[in-house]
Amino acid sequence: MALRVGIDLVSVDSVRESIREHGDRYLKRIYTEGELRDCHTDQGIIAERLAARFAAKEATLKVLRPADEAVPWRTMEVVRHGAGWVEMELSGHAASLAAEAGLSDFVLSISHEADYASATVIAALDLRNRSGDPMRKT
Amino acid sequence: MTEEISKIIAEHGRLSIDVAGLAPDTDLYQAGMTSHASVNVMLALEDHFDIEFPDRMLKRSVFESIGSIEAALVELQSEAVA
Repeated sequence: MALRVGIDLVSVDSVRESIREHGDRYLKRIYTEGELRDCHTDQGIIAERLAARFAAKEATLKVLRPADEAVPWRTMEVVRHGAGWVEMELSGHAASLAAEAGLSDFVLSISHEADYASATVIAALDLRNRSGDPMRKT
Repeated sequence: MTEEISKIIAEHGRLSIDVAGLAPDTDLYQAGMTSHASVNVMLALEDHFDIEFPDRMLKRSVFESIGSIEAALVELQSEAVA
C-alpha cells in the first residue's frame, strides 16, 4: 500500500478580501453549508477557519492529481466532528477521481494562525483497486 | 478585453511581478498567483463581464494566462449571444 500526500498554505488576508468584495457569492461558490456553519460564530464568519478549509480543498486536489479536469470546490468538504478533529469527505467528481485513481482513507489535518492557514491531506493509494483500471478484476 | 483582464489580475491576482510586463501566454501561477487568488480573479471577472464561469471551466488551464482567460470569456460571451 502506497500513500499520496498533499499540502497547501492560504493567506487569511486573501480570504478576507474575497468576503469583503464578493460576500455570499464567494462563500456559496466555494464552501458547503456545513463548512459555513462550522466557520460561523457569534462574531460572524471566521476568515481563518475558511482559509484552513480552502487549504484542505487544495491539498486534496494535490492528492487527486486531476490533470486538467474541473473539480468543483464543494465536492471536497471538510467535516468537523464534535471533539474538534476534521475529516475530508468527497462527493461527485472528486469522489469519482479518487475511485478511478485507487485512492481511499483520506486523512486531514488543518491549522491556522492570524495570517496563514495550512492543511495536509494523506490518502492510501492502491494501484490494484482503481475503478478506472481496465485490468482490474472485480 | 486584454487590458480589462490585465487590470483585474493586477488588482486581485497578488502577483509578485508587474502585470504590465506579462505576455498573453505567461503562466500566471508561475508568476506568483495562488489558487485562492485565482478565485478572486474569477469572481472579479464575473462581476466585470457579467458572466458566470460554469463548473466545467473551473480548472487550472482556464486561469493560467491572460490569453487562456480571454479565450474562455470569448467562449462564454458567444454562448450567451447564441
